[in-house]
Amino acid sequence: MRRAHLWIFLGLVILAVFAQVGYAQTPVPTPSDDEVNRIAKQLYCPVCENVPLDVCPTQACNEWRELIRQKLIEGLTEEQIKEYFVLHYGDRVLAEPPRRGLNWVVYILPVVVFLIAVIVTVRVLRSMRKPVSASIVSSSSAEIDEEELKRIEEALKQERE
Amino acid sequence: MVAHIGLGFLVFVFLVSVYGIIASIVGLRKQAFAWVESARLAMLLTFPLITVVVASLLILLLTNRYEYSFVYGVTSRSMPLYLKITALWGGQAGSLIFWSWLLAAFTTAVTLRKWDRDREFLPWVILTGLVTLTFFLSLSIFFENPFNRFWGTPTGEVEALFQPAGSIPLIPQDGRGLNPLLRHPGMIIHPPMLYLGFVSFVVPFAFAIAALVTGRTDDRWIRITRRWTLVAWLFLTMGLVLGARWAYDVLGWGGYWGWDPVEIAAFMPWLTGTAFLHSVMIQEKRGMFKRWNMILIIVTYALVIFGTFLTRSGVLSSVHAFAQSAIGPMFFVFIGITFIVSLSLLLYRWADLSDEGVLYSLLSRESLFLLNNLLFMGILIVCFSGVIFPLVSELLTGQKVTVGPPFYERATGPLFAGLLLLMGIAPLSAWGHSTVKTLGKALWKPALVSVLAFPLVIWLGVRNGWAILAFWLVAFTSSVTLYEYGRAVIARAKRTGETLWVSLWRLAQKNRRRYGGYTIHLGIVLMALGVVGIEMFQTETQATLRSGESIQLAGYTVTFRQLDEFNLPDGRNVARATMDVYRGNRYLGELHPRRDYYWDANQPMTIPGTRSTMEDDLYVLLVDWQPISSQGATFKVFHNPLVNWMWFGALVLILGTLIAAWPDRDPEPRRVAVPSTISVPERVF
Repeated sequence: MRRAHLWIFLGLVILAVFAQVGYAQTPVPTPSDDEVNRIAKQLYCPVCENVPLDVCPTQACNEWRELIRQKLIEGLTEEQIKEYFVLHYGDRVLAEPPRRGLNWVVYILPVVVFLIAVIVTVRVLRSMRKPVSASIVSSSSAEIDEEELKRIEEALKQERE
Repeated sequence: MVAHIGLGFLVFVFLVSVYGIIASIVGLRKQAFAWVESARLAMLLTFPLITVVVASLLILLLTNRYEYSFVYGVTSRSMPLYLKITALWGGQAGSLIFWSWLLAAFTTAVTLRKWDRDREFLPWVILTGLVTLTFFLSLSIFFENPFNRFWGTPTGEVEALFQPAGSIPLIPQDGRGLNPLLRHPGMIIHPPMLYLGFVSFVVPFAFAIAALVTGRTDDRWIRITRRWTLVAWLFLTMGLVLGARWAYDVLGWGGYWGWDPVEIAAFMPWLTGTAFLHSVMIQEKRGMFKRWNMILIIVTYALVIFGTFLTRSGVLSSVHAFAQSAIGPMFFVFIGITFIVSLSLLLYRWADLSDEGVLYSLLSRESLFLLNNLLFMGILIVCFSGVIFPLVSELLTGQKVTVGPPFYERATGPLFAGLLLLMGIAPLSAWGHSTVKTLGKALWKPALVSVLAFPLVIWLGVRNGWAILAFWLVAFTSSVTLYEYGRAVIARAKRTGETLWVSLWRLAQKNRRRYGGYTIHLGIVLMALGVVGIEMFQTETQATLRSGESIQLAGYTVTFRQLDEFNLPDGRNVARATMDVYRGNRYLGELHPRRDYYWDANQPMTIPGTRSTMEDDLYVLLVDWQPISSQGATFKVFHNPLVNWMWFGALVLILGTLIAAWPDRDPEPRRVAVPSTISVPERVF
């Protein structure tokens, strides 16, 4: 009976020692704060308003950062960790809306509106220019046509005012 | 008693404003000067009346009257005096009153000007000012009354202005205290500056409306409001810069601008306001782009109100908070009505606002200014979409999304770079026509100097192509600006025999607007240098240190010496670390990052210890990652190159704006008449 106990105890000790050795043989170094931050920087606190996870001072965020560390230890890649957060806390944890569905609006609309603005500006500039360039082209430097004369007179009048 | 007086005057000033609106309308309809004068007096009366309201609120704040829910929400007994005063704009109800007060100050001031030449504008300016004021006062009276009290009823505690039947007054012993983020000396000046910037844009808007209604659509309204607009712009700019500085000093994330919707809300009117400041010059000089100027000022006003709405209605935290808050829908309706009315007026006058001038060249200053406006509008479009989209998404799909810095930086980066480039080119282009030849002639010398930036930054170790380009842009624009300055100063000194300094002074005095403008550009360029430095070269690291251990970053060594923890009488528990900073082997001094814990608000604050030079900032934070103990603590260290240039540039910018806005006795600037036969513009587009 006693001997049996001893064997079990010895067995456990050996197991423990081997487990330690096994652990040491495939070491998983604890990810540094910088490694955690590099990922946390790209994520937003799931409950606060617009606070990046790497700088959020709340206790909850502290735990989320530890979660990132945990996931790194588990061997997840950066993308997988981000996916994990999106799955659990929604799209709002990403710094940008993921490019799908309705979210495309925010990527496309500004570009379209800006292009429209560019086109409108160019057209306005062109339309403002037309009569002048036409008259300039038609008049040689030696002679001044009537329209030109009128404009100079107007300009002079303005100057006198 | 004090509260009764405050409430009484609040109602009184509301009635006076409503009366002023009615009087100006009657005056306009009957063409009766007496009514208009009466409206003017009503307008003048609003400021002293609201001052009484503000004074009584301040007395309540300073005398710890926690039975008033506003006082309870923003102050506590332990807060120092200056914070109790600033608490006036630290909460919703008080900030609305403060807004109205500043608005009344501005509209009253503009009412006091000489109106001889512009009689017909007066009633409309009063009307626009008073309608805006009445709107804000009505919010204060009906929705966010700062004089609401706590009452105990059989069913629980309620907030109400008057005693509900069967209730007893409740008097809490202490207040909840101001949000710790706001307990900072920056609180004294940042929000008032921002608010001043917001309200002062109401003045040019009011004149624009007056010009539209009366049909006096020449540039008179622009000339009257030129200085007002500059002052408004100065306040708004200072508000934004101070906010950035505050974030840098207090928020503890190593940056100054996080593209947060609240920041963007204040940035959007700045964008249109800046575009407006530039494009009005074209109208003054050449009589062009009148419609566009009207659109710009209308949009600026709408964005001012919209910015206030975004920050005040709670819509940013959730679309549903908007529905719950009483003032959100009110704002929405007000923005909608004013916007539609202004646009209708603009359409009504569309034909009268046709251009007087013609465009001779696409390289002329007027077309480059238009290009500048286009870029500003581009940034506005990005900002607006980014702020609005999360709300739309939540409303349509229920899914909350974040639109953060990567989105804005990617989209606005090229636009900002374009603006920087234009800032270098446009001042050298001529009104009327410029050709590639004339522009090239003016530009080649400073451009050549700026090319030296390439070898310099590469020699300094910069390898990132975008960064090199950005540094070149900074060098280009600053050398052009300095060249313009230098050339004029030397020419003047030669002509008059004055010393260079006297020449510089006289030159700036003679053409304030031009040289003020150049100085502002120089300020912006310096700020850009800071932005490039921190955006592209910021590095950071974090580690948990025991006493005597160090972190290394960018050639600096930061050694943790000790941590002290103590309580302060203002209700803070402070954990303050002492760090020794070395660069190489040279000892540079101590830094003291700290963590302030506010008992009343249950909230920690991380205050960085910063070593700041023109070269770089070393920014050390005591991070609340692990429980702080004297044995060890976690520190985050940021290395922020060149960031100080941003604050320095802001000072230069303020100086430039003061030069430009300083009252002078010069007659109004005259139109530049461009006789088109002097040279035949080349086709350059």
